[in-house]
Amino acid sequence: MSKWNLNTQVVVLLVVVALWTALSVSSPNFLTRDNVQNIMLQMAIQGVIGVGAVVVILTAGIDLSVGSVVGLVNIVFAQMVATALLPVWVSLGIVLIVAAAIGLLNGVLVFDFKLPPFIATLGMMTALRGVTLLISKGSNVFGLPRSISAFAKDNFLGMPHLFCVLIAVTVVVEIILRRSNFGRYVYALGSNPEAARLSGVNTRLVTYGAYMLAGFLGGVAGSMETARLWMGVPTTGTMYELDAIAAAVLGGASLMGAEGNAYGAFIGALMMTTIYNGAVILGIDANYTKVFVGTILVLTVAVDQLRTRRSG
Amino acid sequence: MTLAAGDAQVSGKEVMVQMVDICKDYPGVRALNKVSFSVKKGEIRALVGENGAGKSTLMKILTGAEAPSSGEIWIEGRKVHHMTPAISDRFGIACVYQNLCLAEHLTVAENVWMGRFPSRFGFVSKRKLIDKTRKVLSEIGYAGAIDPTARVKDLNASQQGMVAIVRAISRDARVVIFDEPTAVLAEREVAELFRVIRLLKEKHLAVIYISHRLEEIFEICDTISVLKDGQYAGDAVTTETHEEKLITMMVGRELSASHYDPTRKIGEELLDAEHISSDVLEDCSMSVREGEIVGIYGLVGAGRTEFSRALFGADPIAQGTIRLRGESVQLKEPRRAIDRGMSLVPEDRRRQGLALLLSVRHNLNLPVYRKNGWMGFVRPSKERETSERFIEKLLIKTPSARQKVKNLSGGNQQKVVLGKWLACESNVFIMDEPTNGIDVGAKQEIYALINQLARDGAGVICISSYMPELMGLCDRIVVMKSGRTIAQVERSAFNEELLLSLAIKSPNAAQTQEN
Repeated sequence: MSKWNLNTQVVVLLVVVALWTALSVSSPNFLTRDNVQNIMLQMAIQGVIGVGAVVVILTAGIDLSVGSVVGLVNIVFAQMVATALLPVWVSLGIVLIVAAAIGLLNGVLVFDFKLPPFIATLGMMTALRGVTLLISKGSNVFGLPRSISAFAKDNFLGMPHLFCVLIAVTVVVEIILRRSNFGRYVYALGSNPEAARLSGVNTRLVTYGAYMLAGFLGGVAGSMETARLWMGVPTTGTMYELDAIAAAVLGGASLMGAEGNAYGAFIGALMMTTIYNGAVILGIDANYTKVFVGTILVLTVAVDQLRTRRSG
Repeated sequence: MTLAAGDAQVSGKEVMVQMVDICKDYPGVRALNKVSFSVKKGEIRALVGENGAGKSTLMKILTGAEAPSSGEIWIEGRKVHHMTPAISDRFGIACVYQNLCLAEHLTVAENVWMGRFPSRFGFVSKRKLIDKTRKVLSEIGYAGAIDPTARVKDLNASQQGMVAIVRAISRDARVVIFDEPTAVLAEREVAELFRVIRLLKEKHLAVIYISHRLEEIFEICDTISVLKDGQYAGDAVTTETHEEKLITMMVGRELSASHYDPTRKIGEELLDAEHISSDVLEDCSMSVREGEIVGIYGLVGAGRTEFSRALFGADPIAQGTIRLRGESVQLKEPRRAIDRGMSLVPEDRRRQGLALLLSVRHNLNLPVYRKNGWMGFVRPSKERETSERFIEKLLIKTPSARQKVKNLSGGNQQKVVLGKWLACESNVFIMDEPTNGIDVGAKQEIYALINQLARDGAGVICISSYMPELMGLCDRIVVMKSGRTIAQVERSAFNEELLLSLAIKSPNAAQTQEN
């Protein structure tokens, strides 16, 4: 163990490789072009939110509102394009700005009003869902152009577009976290906010930035969801925040802050999707699968806790 | 000490607590060295000494919170081999702390009987609980003044203190330790507390009274034990001594090798703070010049840390002006202070100085990312260069720059905090207890570094509870007391007794000294 200093992400990745190997052996239907593309499609949205969740978790915060952001963006985007007949790109720009602004509001509640992040974003989650249902009057929005649906269905270099978006998001956020001043400050804020402040870090801006980035990525995910569904569904996105947090934590993010990274969320999402997908392929009852995923989540973190405690 | 264990048995009826030749070793430090201490029934004994003299450690040993490395504890003539909190409680030793350990959301009665609720069939009997509380309250004359059903958080500081005392009495306490009980009390409340303490004395309880306020000690205590640097420094009967004499007992150390460097060139004024007031400070002033090392001395709670934080913009200032190189500035955030060349090495490096989960490199670069970055991005070469330069310069012992700071020793952690500010090229260094909790070797290195900084033209403000450290280092010492800067002593006039008496004495006595 001392020679092979394995970090959590590598361990989880190895588990995923083992899962893929086992599933390929046990079913001829697993390692097919269609099924792999299917996995990519399934993990894309969860992965994007998961990457956003990591950024907030690194500051020792949490964002429960992203699932509702997905729902709101889905409805607003669909109405702007289908009902108000605004150009797609304009609508996309607007919803992304709205999503980032919601993140900023979360940041203000957390930093300026000193609300615990859990409460601030829980309130935001509930309120946004209400707004979404009010705007849509509870009914689905149809009439989106075929081009939107085509975007979700088409591939680029054999990978679904939505998965390409996830790759791009993961790479960009990973670079921000690793290489930008903001990224360094995010980790410092998560490890010790007072030390960060006394070292000249503008903790207010960093907090705002982290929540805005998470909100923005919620907006990206909501737009992806719109393309995938090809309509507006006011209840979509429910529980997405929890899947995203699970992906982040599976990928090595610590809810105490300062530990984790963007590609970890990618790997975490890949692992969860693999399990769900594999269970379907093997014909296992979906309810058992949930039990299994929950157990895996708890086990991964428990094992990781033991491991770091022993080495640290 | 010469007090043999037998003495306790001879005078067993009188002596309540006798501690003999107590030693306490922490890794690298001997906190107590052969300290003996005793208190009799019906006696109020003061325990005095400078910061870090070992008063709290001695009391922790008595209450069983810490185990002594060697020495004996006798309670009422019986030797206690292994003192634990449970045994201490059974002997009736109770402690009323400065920051009380009360459950604020529970009622007075619940707090008093916590863990010993009178019950019926496993259910708490509310009426019995309240009646019993009333009874104990009336014993100290608080029958009507404190409602047993009131929540503790709704009481004022003095009433909360009374609840803690009532809890002690209700446990049939026979030794009550008061640790700085008046720190949060107003004058009238102090009088009230003293009345209750005298009541305890009348009931033949043994009282141990720890305080920095000499005037209180002379008012209420019968006898005084003095500790100095973890050693027993003498006993006194209050009526036969006076403040001057006590202070002489508390100091009078042989000064260790001086770290003073007379070759430094004192230049222009860097920082000048005048009449700074805030919610905890009142009219604090000080200045520091290029190449100068200025100390701030004061007892714990005198406001030294608060003053330094106010100077650095970490806590808000209500009134007063801060001038940097003659220019008046408003420092609302530490960020602004750092931009103007100031730096703060905080008192508690683990809680305020370092991001423990992050690497040495990350910590060293934290204040300079802004300066060294390019378009908001980190330049890895610069980052590596900075960390390597200061790991080398300060001889930080770490397997690599990527090591998490939490895995370093205290001395090396402190060097990381210092390195951070060296990297920042600050010119005013505020250091709050810079050698706190680090070993002797690392201390010497930090003294050398402070001198080097001053030789290079920086101004250093150094806060320390350990007077010899300041006297060995500083050109001037500012003395603080109760949130005020009350005096300034030049190096030529340095004198332990003078400094301590300025920091400790009752106000009117200090005034006569100045005249």
